[in-house]
Amino acid sequence: MPGVTEVSLQINGQSHQLKLQPWVTLLDALRENADLTGTKKGCDHGQCGACTVLCDGDRILSCLTLAVMKDGSEITTIEGIAKDGELHPLQKAFIEHDAFQCGYCTPGQICSAIGMLNENKAKSRDEVKELMSGNLCRCGANTNIIDAIMEVKEGGNHE
Amino acid sequence: MNNFSYTRASNISEAIQKVSADADTKFVAGGTNLIDLWKYNLTNFNALVDINSIQDHHNIEEKADGGVRLGAFAKNAQTAYHPIIEERYPLLSRAILAGASGQIRNMATNGGNLLQRTRCYYFYDPAVPCNKREPGSGCSAIKGYNRIMAIFGTSENCIAVFPSDMCIALAALDAVVNVSGPGGERSLPFADFHRLPGDTPHLDNNLNPDEIITSIDLPEKGFSKNYSYLKLRDRNSYAFALVSVATAFELEGDKIKDARIALGGVAHKPWRVKQAEEFLQNNTASRENFVAAADIIVKDAVAYEYNSFKIELTKRAIIRNCMMALNPETQLPGAQPSA
Repeated sequence: MPGVTEVSLQINGQSHQLKLQPWVTLLDALRENADLTGTKKGCDHGQCGACTVLCDGDRILSCLTLAVMKDGSEITTIEGIAKDGELHPLQKAFIEHDAFQCGYCTPGQICSAIGMLNENKAKSRDEVKELMSGNLCRCGANTNIIDAIMEVKEGGNHE
Repeated sequence: MNNFSYTRASNISEAIQKVSADADTKFVAGGTNLIDLWKYNLTNFNALVDINSIQDHHNIEEKADGGVRLGAFAKNAQTAYHPIIEERYPLLSRAILAGASGQIRNMATNGGNLLQRTRCYYFYDPAVPCNKREPGSGCSAIKGYNRIMAIFGTSENCIAVFPSDMCIALAALDAVVNVSGPGGERSLPFADFHRLPGDTPHLDNNLNPDEIITSIDLPEKGFSKNYSYLKLRDRNSYAFALVSVATAFELEGDKIKDARIALGGVAHKPWRVKQAEEFLQNNTASRENFVAAADIIVKDAVAYEYNSFKIELTKRAIIRNCMMALNPETQLPGAQPSA
């Protein structure tokens, strides 16, 4: 393959050496090369947030990121947030609050919520809504999504 | 979507050298706009030079002259939430947080924000003519559905608007853009950075293709007491402005000592009208005078078939935002009050 470079990514605590062309996005690398299909390809243009992952702790859009630009980075996807078989508090809260219908936006919503809560800028429900506005839910689960996030935020157990 | 090669630059001169050696090589930093334009086939390059590894220009620093230097490679989120910016330049913080989404603000850089391209529908549609995309092909917006287009400073070749929120505050604050190129360094006052369309609408700004933005300087005066950023749009969050207003006042009692009003979503660049600011200077901070200032600003507005509503909207937004600047605590962070 022309122009292939070796890209080293630490994904969910595991080291991956991927042979990628420079134009491969992080989203495609995760799904097609690392076989981690939990991260969803929605609009592929940074408008829906379905592809949100954590990169070195920050929530970013993997569809607008070239994988080669993240060589050496630590990536956390939806597959990597449960610990020792125990669901992440946000995963539990999403189930308790029925915060999905079709569920396609869920991995991005949860990764984005983890990043947003760690940023620690949202003080109120309105601010949570505002700071989650990069994640679109088109089936109407948004109210329950915000409920689930608020419960975890107030519990303070989102690390 | 074309294929391309990729390299990293470790310092500014290496980055400039790589880009100036080949007209089809571009810099990439946050990539939030560039990668998107590439996916839409609206930009082509044979090679990308990643400038994120350059050690300098990632920080926000106070300068000896009392001002503050924003590193061009600092992220938008890092800038908006920086204690110095929140405290001394809250107008800038608010404007940044009114733009894009949490994820994009974590990715996008300060320098890149200045270079983002218009979101004109016709620019984004390769099936129709657009002078900005393909010079000489014509403007589809002028006789098209031009609801979101400009009302100030347009030309017969282009009526697209510049989409940034951050830049509207930077214009109001009289920021200075520092750039480096093969010929050395230079500085451009913010008002001279972006261009009006004229007969060269494909040129958004006065940066040469082989020049790189290294930093943005804010003057000492930050207007931290009386400021407001109002963004009016079709939905309350994560949408570009139909009209936005950055207002900053320096008050002495009820007298205005200094006034800044910059508009977004209405022109090819951040829009300021000196005459209106001069009218307010040494005048009373009253609704009556804000109405008069808004009248001065909108008198040169020219509307098209579907965007004439923007003239009245702009006027009302200016008045309302001037009133809010008198009581900045009435603003909500990142969102706008509904009443």
